[in-house]
Amino acid sequence: MTGPIAALRIPTRRNAELLMLLFSVLIVVAAEAAVEATRDGHLSAHLATYAAVPVAIGLVTHLVIRKVAPYADPLLLPIAVLLNGLGLVMIHRLDTGLKQQAAENHESFQAAAPTQVLWTVIGVALFVALIVLIRDHRSLQRYAYTLALVGVIFLLLPAVLPARYSEVNGARIWIRVAGFSIQPGEFAKILLTIFGAAYLVAKRDVLSLAGRRVGFAVRRRFIGFDLPRGRDFGPVLVVWLVCIGVLIRGHDLGTSLLFFGLFIVLLYVTTERVSWVIIGVLLFAVGAYLSYKLFGTVQTRVGVWLHLFDTADPVPKSNTCSPAYVYCNTGYQLRQSLFGLGTGGIFGTGLGGGHPELVPLPATDFIISSFGEETGLFGVVGLLMLYSLFVARGLAAGLAVRDSFGKLLATGLSFLVGLQLFVVVAGVTRLLPETGLTTPFLSYGGSSLLANWVLLALLLRVSDAARRPATTPPPPPQAKATPQPVGVDA
Amino acid sequence: MNPSIRKVSAVLGVLMVALFLNLNFVQVVKGSSYRDAPDNSRVLLNEYASPRGQIIVGGSPVAESKATNDELKYLRVYPQGPLYAPVTGFYSITATPSPYLGTEGIEKYEDSVLSGGDSRLFGRRLADILTGRNPRGGNVELTIDAAAQQAAYNAMKDSKGNLRKGAVVAIDPSTGAILAAVSTPSYDPSKLSLHDPSKIDDYYTALTNDPADPLQNRAFNSLYFPGSIFKIVVSAAALKNGVTPDTQVLAPNGYIATTGASVKSCNGDVTNCVENFEGEQCENGKTASLAYALAKSCNTAFAALAVDQLHGQAIADEAKLFGFDPDSQLTIPMGVATSTIGPKSDLVDPGHLAHMAFGQQSVRVSPLEAAMMSAAVANDGTLMTPYLVDRELAPDLSTLSKTKRSEMSQVLSPTLDSELQQMMEGVVTSPEGTAHSAAISGVTVAGKTGTADTGATSASKIQPDAWFTGYAAKNGSAKIAVAVILENAGVNGNEITGGEAAAPVARAVMEAYLKAHP
Repeated sequence: MTGPIAALRIPTRRNAELLMLLFSVLIVVAAEAAVEATRDGHLSAHLATYAAVPVAIGLVTHLVIRKVAPYADPLLLPIAVLLNGLGLVMIHRLDTGLKQQAAENHESFQAAAPTQVLWTVIGVALFVALIVLIRDHRSLQRYAYTLALVGVIFLLLPAVLPARYSEVNGARIWIRVAGFSIQPGEFAKILLTIFGAAYLVAKRDVLSLAGRRVGFAVRRRFIGFDLPRGRDFGPVLVVWLVCIGVLIRGHDLGTSLLFFGLFIVLLYVTTERVSWVIIGVLLFAVGAYLSYKLFGTVQTRVGVWLHLFDTADPVPKSNTCSPAYVYCNTGYQLRQSLFGLGTGGIFGTGLGGGHPELVPLPATDFIISSFGEETGLFGVVGLLMLYSLFVARGLAAGLAVRDSFGKLLATGLSFLVGLQLFVVVAGVTRLLPETGLTTPFLSYGGSSLLANWVLLALLLRVSDAARRPATTPPPPPQAKATPQPVGVDA
Repeated sequence: MNPSIRKVSAVLGVLMVALFLNLNFVQVVKGSSYRDAPDNSRVLLNEYASPRGQIIVGGSPVAESKATNDELKYLRVYPQGPLYAPVTGFYSITATPSPYLGTEGIEKYEDSVLSGGDSRLFGRRLADILTGRNPRGGNVELTIDAAAQQAAYNAMKDSKGNLRKGAVVAIDPSTGAILAAVSTPSYDPSKLSLHDPSKIDDYYTALTNDPADPLQNRAFNSLYFPGSIFKIVVSAAALKNGVTPDTQVLAPNGYIATTGASVKSCNGDVTNCVENFEGEQCENGKTASLAYALAKSCNTAFAALAVDQLHGQAIADEAKLFGFDPDSQLTIPMGVATSTIGPKSDLVDPGHLAHMAFGQQSVRVSPLEAAMMSAAVANDGTLMTPYLVDRELAPDLSTLSKTKRSEMSQVLSPTLDSELQQMMEGVVTSPEGTAHSAAISGVTVAGKTGTADTGATSASKIQPDAWFTGYAAKNGSAKIAVAVILENAGVNGNEITGGEAAAPVARAVMEAYLKAHP
């Protein structure tokens, strides 16, 4: 069969995407209607706003994808629109609760939902720009070191800047300029994923073949693993150390955990060697132990995690908690999160029917608890399934795409989403110590939302390349230079 | 690369499963303990988010919710203050007084209706949500008669206007409906239902430190020596065992239970010997009719009757029918203190039995039970199950349920009961009767006084509790049965009998009720 016919035979699945987007919009509208019916007793003009957002972003992105990435995965975009839309609904719902709380305490209050709508629009604009400009993900390889430099600067900047430009709630991970707060680390993780993928593809052979064996033989069977060569290992270690050092200085445990996981996975996928995983886990254990010993914040978080409901005996006078918890103030947020989740139970209190605003920062780190309280176990598990599907589609693109860089990039980005979700949900449900990360697409916060739309653009681009018929030439890249030869996975 | 990507996805899958399992643990396994944690204010905020239903007496609320501007949107108020506290209980946000809340009160026992959580209200609640109306709780209409309740409360005041310690319970004999339940001194449930925990604590501490124990619900939960009002039960047992009101029974000045001997004086033998109240003589000092013995309240006559003729078991059987039943799980809907005649060994010990016959030894009775005794006699021997809730109402005041009257026991046949009725009328009307002060002109009033020795003394004078239990009948049908107790009524060493202190209180309640329901 010749090319054009084969190309016709492969469905683009764009209509499936449109149908799924319709479902996403319907779910978001239903959720907002439930919030308004419960909170205000009637539907308001807000409903139109919160329906318009998913309709607009869904339509725009869908039309752009139809044009520039016709073979892209049909589920990734609807899931992102649904999560973004549900996040907006919950942030709006939390606004109503927080507004009431502020009024009772005679404090001023600023609604977060309109800002998040603005960030959503910017995020989608960035998405459109990227997916139009980057016609072939392989072109990113050429800018690997540039992107790495930008990424490291992004990471370094908040740690170097004076605290008043970089510190929010004790974490020095921000850049605050002219009323805007940006968390550059959110973008750094994507930039460094691109770099990591490009670097590892280039060094793949030496990393996986050369090395010394460490271990011993038992009955002619070798027990142990292959140690990589120092000069191959060196750059990885250096980048990793810089990242970790910077992140720990910024008291951003969640992001450092994310980078750890990311580097281990990229190395493992590149080399298919378990030795990298073992080295990575050992490094992580050492890093975790050292940071526990060195930093009070880490000790507090671990203490909160282990002894959340322990009570002090005798009760010190300064303890204002009843019962007198050892971690009175520091454990308050997590306790409230668990109370919210427990009160929600299996089916939840209904959207708008609970009190998620009792958890401090309910819209950012703890938005999952808000969903858990109001939509119950069913709602949160539903969200987990959406994320699992998103990650699975991303990994599937990685499996299907033909070039090694694409495989590493898709796997790295998907893994980032999956691991970030795990760390967040494990933190708010007390499976692990709480680390302070945002929930992808769902949480309030411009940097996080923007970064995730960027991530989506890259994943869609890889998935488009994966399913595009081999005989159809890719759309000409914007850049004049021809693509460099890349490693091809056998 | 693909095999390792698959392994990465498997690892992510394991992480998701770990999250799923942990969510099940947090939201399902530990869910209820998190929900009910003392520092989880969510349940509280929800309870106060919609107006709680009213507790209604005679068409007016005695407990209602008023909208506020604070975080808890509705405040529970009790317009009548302390008057209905023993019935309503209170509705408190703080955990400290809640053990008390847990023992009594319509607020606690009708919570599902009042809060709107009752399954019968589910449809209406759903409709409220769909139509955008604020969901409301259902209402509870009590059997209490406002006139009787107010009269009882006022009558408990002494000449200076201070509330005396004691209780009044009134029952409609034909239905069992509780018409009045007063416990004095009382407390203001509104002050325990404020939204400021420190104010609640202050008031609660003051109440618990008050020696008069205003938090004690004397009407339903306190047990007292019945004293001579227990002779109603012994009389009923006697009538069942062939004794008639005219039968002459032994009535000496002193009676020795172990030998059955009549003596002039006990000479200090308080274990086995019985004397009449203040050493009075009964009729001729040798024998008296049963009717006379009840009217004059002769202790020796009832002691001799119990020991020589009836024996313990007959009294125990009759007492059980009247409600002195350790197995009784009576709820009105609150649980009430169970009245008792004491341990089984008292039934075979002549000295103990002799003292039991006039309500001492180990006999204990609640004011509710005392009212039930008269109610049973008034209702031709049929004891109706007492109850406090007349109707449960939906928020729109349509009826959810109406309490059905039910028979608890038949204490006497109607024929024998009419004999006991006449004997108790004699207590009020006959020259030797002790309750002349209960009489109301144009109304048949019957009853029994009691002056129970509690062992309490003041200035070396004994301070007995003063009892009256009786009923009022008009045109041949019993309207109201009332029991009154005044604790340690003999203030300042002046001993006061049930007839002098308690009977006028009962009369005031009867008069008020009959005036309101002619």
